[in-house]
Amino acid sequence: MARLPSVPARRRLASAAWTAAAALCAGGVALVLLLVMGYVLREGVAALSLPFLTRLPRPVGIPGGGVGNGLVGSGMTVAIAALMAFPAGMAVGVYAGIYAHRLLARALSFLADVLAGVPSIAIGIYAYAVLVAPFGGFSAVSASFALAVLMVPLVIRSTEGAVRAVPRELREAATALGASDYRVTGKVLLVAARPGIVTGLLLALARVTGETAPLLFTAFGNQFWEFDPTKPMAELPLQIFTYAISPYRDWHRQAWGAALILVAAVFLLGVAARLSFLLLRRGNAAGARP
Amino acid sequence: MTAAVPANGRRYAGAALRRERIAAKVFAGALYLCCFAFLLVFGGLVVELLWGARLSLSAFGPAFLWSTEWNPVRGRFGAAPFLYGTAVSSLIALALAGSVGILAGVFLAEFAPRRIGAVLGGMIELLAAIPSVVYGLWGLFVLAPIVGGWIGPALQAAFGFLPLFRGTIYGVNMLTAALVLAVMIVPTIAAIARDLIAATPMHYREAGLALGATRWETVAKVVLPTVRRGVFGALMLALGRALGETIATTMVIGNRPVISASLLAPGYTVASVIANEFTEATSSLYLSALIELGLILLLISLLVVGLGRLMLRLVLR
Repeated sequence: MARLPSVPARRRLASAAWTAAAALCAGGVALVLLLVMGYVLREGVAALSLPFLTRLPRPVGIPGGGVGNGLVGSGMTVAIAALMAFPAGMAVGVYAGIYAHRLLARALSFLADVLAGVPSIAIGIYAYAVLVAPFGGFSAVSASFALAVLMVPLVIRSTEGAVRAVPRELREAATALGASDYRVTGKVLLVAARPGIVTGLLLALARVTGETAPLLFTAFGNQFWEFDPTKPMAELPLQIFTYAISPYRDWHRQAWGAALILVAAVFLLGVAARLSFLLLRRGNAAGARP
Repeated sequence: MTAAVPANGRRYAGAALRRERIAAKVFAGALYLCCFAFLLVFGGLVVELLWGARLSLSAFGPAFLWSTEWNPVRGRFGAAPFLYGTAVSSLIALALAGSVGILAGVFLAEFAPRRIGAVLGGMIELLAAIPSVVYGLWGLFVLAPIVGGWIGPALQAAFGFLPLFRGTIYGVNMLTAALVLAVMIVPTIAAIARDLIAATPMHYREAGLALGATRWETVAKVVLPTVRRGVFGALMLALGRALGETIATTMVIGNRPVISASLLAPGYTVASVIANEFTEATSSLYLSALIELGLILLLISLLVVGLGRLMLRLVLR
């Protein structure tokens, strides 16, 4: 066999250099994660303590303040947002998934994609205009509404994807047995799509838990315990923001502690999403066995 | 749709059949209701912002876009410094994150050994999960001192003849904001680029290699051109995120409403001024001007994100 002419050194060198640059970029981006997380861990752990998690904030100069009210506030706000966004988003997602050939379904799915890219601050203004200005005061509910608007498109997209991934034969088999559309959906489609749907819900939660901008003029923040969602409420992300831009060293320390809690919560939700997907899929597979 | 014989073989009596039909109707109705509610919420977003901005719209007209004066005391409002800050910080971030992200995506899809690729890819996706307020915190206390103390002076020493790097060096400035934004949007670009490249048919690569191209040349001249529309879509999505990013930018850009040629001087963005001044707006015109800024931001991002999504949909279908 005749030997092929080898690639000229210049081209080989250029290729090697570009490949190395690409590797450097991928490694560099991953390194940024380590840098950010390392810093959050180092500074955050130093600020963590049990009283920090359970106490109210204290004025500057008085040590021992905590973010207890922010934790409760964030939990309540996100939970109410989930109550608003989950059912509606799942319904639209199911519609878009089942009737994917219809124009309305495709329009809904596209609009959900676009809404997912709308700046959260604009959605904060929307919540202000709908729920704060007319009712004469900041409230946790208005913050929940803003977070719900942020979550709905994510829920729609993940539900739609999960529903579409269910094999058509499964639905046809159920229909052939005489089940009506809504029984097929309830007893077959939703069960088969459950792993994807639940994962999508948890990821949507993770995505909005760290949101700060729309809370500024909806939940507004609060120095005290507040459990009434129609009142201004403390929120963990807001506390991080306020503490970070303050000129006080002790507040900076607390900001790092709160940031660590926030990142941990978001990551835990992400892990829960992965785990629930695996567990539910295994459950479905076991259920399908004769 | 008829529900003749159910799965358990029991024939429906008249009443049961009627119940079944009603249930099916209720189910379909509930789905439509939710779809309608979603459209209503989406439409309401645009309408409410338009309505909230009406005072400012009628007071300043289109001049709002290019007026540089932002003076709440005198009741004069112009968006130019904020539009400039948003555009410059986002575009620099896009240039940085675009080049790094596409290269990273290429490496993950084409060159990385399977296990290393999975680990690096997972880390890059985790980067996208970190809340923006945490990026702001990190940018303010870690990155800003580095930019103010090292990167800024180094750039000034090397390129000080350019107006871009002249003048007093601040830690919180346009460049810091652009860097933080770049970190925030690079995962989107890298992940989508990786998935698009991985989905290209293998025979494209085989053809390229058979012609004598090196592996890199195959990627750069055969694979990348086939995914360019999708990558453009990814860049648009990332740009949309950078334009609308609020908290992280607010914490590191310096928040000064001036148009300065220097990247090492503080700036301000549309989203940041809304975040900072919304609850302090003392007059209804002031509030309305802030809402108009929100409206502008909304319309721009609808356009950019819509374009990006359209591109990606065309590619993925």
